[in-house]
Amino acid sequence: MATASIANHDTAHDAHEHEHHDNFVTKYIFSTDHKMIGKQFLVTGIFWAVIGGFLSILFRLQLGFPDMSLEWLRPLLGGWIDETGKLDPTFYLALVTMHGTIMVFFVLTAGLSGTFSNFLIPLQIGARDMASGFMNMLSYWFFFLSSVIMFISLFIPTGPAGGGWVVYPPLSALEQAIPGSGMGMTLWLVAMTFFIASSLLGGINYITTVINLRTKGMSFSRLPLTIWAFFLTAVIGLLSFPVLFAAALLLVFDRSFGTSFYLSDIYIGGEALPNTGGSPVLYQHLFWFLGHPEVYIVLLPALGITSEIIATNSRKPIFGYKAMIISMLGITILSFIVWAHHMFVSGMNPFLGSIFMFLTLIIAVPSAVKVFNYLTTLWRGNLVFTPGMLFSIGLVSFFISGGLTGIFLGNSAIDIQLHDTYFVVAHFHLVMGSASFFGLMAGVYHWFPKMFGRMMDARLGYVHFWATFVGVYMVFFPMHYIGIAGFPRRYYSWTNFAFSDMYTDLNMFVSVAAIITFGAQFIFLFNFFYSMYRGRKASLNPWRSNTLEWTTPLHPEHGNWPGEIPAVYRWPYDYSKPGAEEDFIPQTVPLSETPESNLPHEQEQVKIELEIMKDEDEVLVPNESES
Amino acid sequence: MERELKYVDMVEQPISMHPKKFALWLFMVTVVMVFAALTSAYIVRQSEGNWLEYDLPEIFYFTSGLVVASSIFLQWGYFSAKKDNLISLRVAISLAVVFGIAFLVGQWYSWVALVDREVFFVGNPAGSFLYVFTGLHALHLISGVIFLIVVLISTFKYKVHSQSMNTMEMATTYWHFLGGLWLYLFMFLLLNH
Repeated sequence: MATASIANHDTAHDAHEHEHHDNFVTKYIFSTDHKMIGKQFLVTGIFWAVIGGFLSILFRLQLGFPDMSLEWLRPLLGGWIDETGKLDPTFYLALVTMHGTIMVFFVLTAGLSGTFSNFLIPLQIGARDMASGFMNMLSYWFFFLSSVIMFISLFIPTGPAGGGWVVYPPLSALEQAIPGSGMGMTLWLVAMTFFIASSLLGGINYITTVINLRTKGMSFSRLPLTIWAFFLTAVIGLLSFPVLFAAALLLVFDRSFGTSFYLSDIYIGGEALPNTGGSPVLYQHLFWFLGHPEVYIVLLPALGITSEIIATNSRKPIFGYKAMIISMLGITILSFIVWAHHMFVSGMNPFLGSIFMFLTLIIAVPSAVKVFNYLTTLWRGNLVFTPGMLFSIGLVSFFISGGLTGIFLGNSAIDIQLHDTYFVVAHFHLVMGSASFFGLMAGVYHWFPKMFGRMMDARLGYVHFWATFVGVYMVFFPMHYIGIAGFPRRYYSWTNFAFSDMYTDLNMFVSVAAIITFGAQFIFLFNFFYSMYRGRKASLNPWRSNTLEWTTPLHPEHGNWPGEIPAVYRWPYDYSKPGAEEDFIPQTVPLSETPESNLPHEQEQVKIELEIMKDEDEVLVPNESES
Repeated sequence: MERELKYVDMVEQPISMHPKKFALWLFMVTVVMVFAALTSAYIVRQSEGNWLEYDLPEIFYFTSGLVVASSIFLQWGYFSAKKDNLISLRVAISLAVVFGIAFLVGQWYSWVALVDREVFFVGNPAGSFLYVFTGLHALHLISGVIFLIVVLISTFKYKVHSQSMNTMEMATTYWHFLGGLWLYLFMFLLLNH
């Protein structure tokens, strides 16, 4: 039993040795410090978010103002604006593809999970660093390499990948299909391979760290819900990303070596291709086996962050801590057995469809439990409306409004009507896109003081929140109607058919709202970078929070705590405990110091705790002395 | 009293596995998932018909024997390291490496045999899948061989002995895993072709 603690001390020792000879390169570039790696992920994620958002503005211009001359974009887009000043239709496809890829993988997976798992796991469980700092560094640099390749693909003459972010074959497998299936698709696959490697390296590290390197007293039942969420996210990633790798590998063979895993009986220009015996539905199965868990890879960290922020700023214990964990576990397991609800119209056996419909609808239960717990935590709390808190409440709002439409779409009978329409677009942008984005924003506002030792400006934060919150609903709510009217997603033009012609006004409205919402993000960007250097100096625990990260110095060095790692004596949600002097009791305060607020069963534990503390001077690791 | 204390307050202790070893197990999980995905793809695709029937190369029986022998040698090396018997440790790892490379050569000849019976990588997916299974497994096995060679070199620096078993344990685990993975693939192919 003593091995773990010895390993713990080893890493601690290493950390101290490194601290002394950090130069610019090892501190800011090839850093092995989890805090710096987290910040690297964050800044790269923000860079991608700006690009991904900008791409969406480009295609919203086309959708909202189909007759507008885009001549003024020629300096930027060059040949993608044709002679008449219109956006090139194939480039439109590339835009939606890249918007999806960038937002799902580069912003909401790497930018969210990468940032906060790295930054918070060691700080909140009381570890010096990740299990392997080197692997962690490698994880970021694989992501960086993947980013560079994906970024280059935006500028090649045939354009980036254009087959939708799901890159279904045969469209993505045949170079002749569209320009985007040429070089752009190859670069997409290469970039995603590095991305998968990055995610796996990160995920292995997160799981190992949470299991092996918790500080004394930090049992699983005392972990903050953030850590539970990051842990389960990493587990999902570990099980699902290899499957995407397998799918991509077979696609690479089909594209570049002429195999027929996904291709069969295809005629181009009257000529038959040599490929026979492949099955495109096979790709869909493999892809969605990752694709659906990916939704929860994106969402769970945001939900974890929200749990923490809502509890802190409601000054109340999180309602149903155990229920939260069980529902996250439920979501984790269910996420692997619902993938075919993306494929109701793929020609799959309808009986199979019914099974997947049933399993899909079960996910509503843990999701509803979570929503209920958020609302009951907020109920009659002493709410403190920090920007982080507002974004968390915004997340809950999107999770409800987007989740309700999920119940419709999960039913195969309705999905056949709504499949691939703007209804789906509205659904997942609310429940997954915006909700996770709000979780990311909430996290940045909340942990900015820990990251940079300064506060972000709250007033700008409020403006940013309201503009974004109202903006998101303005953008995505009308899309439900457009979708119910039957308009399919990924189409270049609205005005060519009479049935969709009547929605031109609504689309114009959506596009204007999108531009305003995108514009509002620059308030955040200014606030973020300005506060990094000029913000008000933060106090050590600005939100009066219980978790361990607030016990570190203002600018923690590599190794996090200057002295010994603090031990943990209670769960992280002792807010407004009856009898206590303050309305929060940090996890590091022993029960024996708070007799006035202890509950009967905790009073029992005090005796045990005192014994341990007495032993502490004699034995190095008291609880492991015997086994 | 002591005993009670341990179970009541500090309910769970961090598990005692070395973090690197634990990370290796997680890595093996990802490898399992890759092959689980590929073999299920095989079954799904096979059930759709238009499936080329052919005989598996007989050399697979032979290479399976090689990979099992190699694992046995490495296990012997593991026991030798535990007893600080460095000579037999080096011999054992070397034999494991030699048998591992022999396995790889054998797998290459299985491809030759496939080409002889006109089953090509490009063509019916029935054949392509076999190339992907064996090729991807061989790639992992090469990584295992490199790992073993690294351990072999460190035995000459006296870094592997009964008090320092970590790398040796990891190498043994990984090597048995790769051998087991091959046996799984072979059984799978025997049952589903």
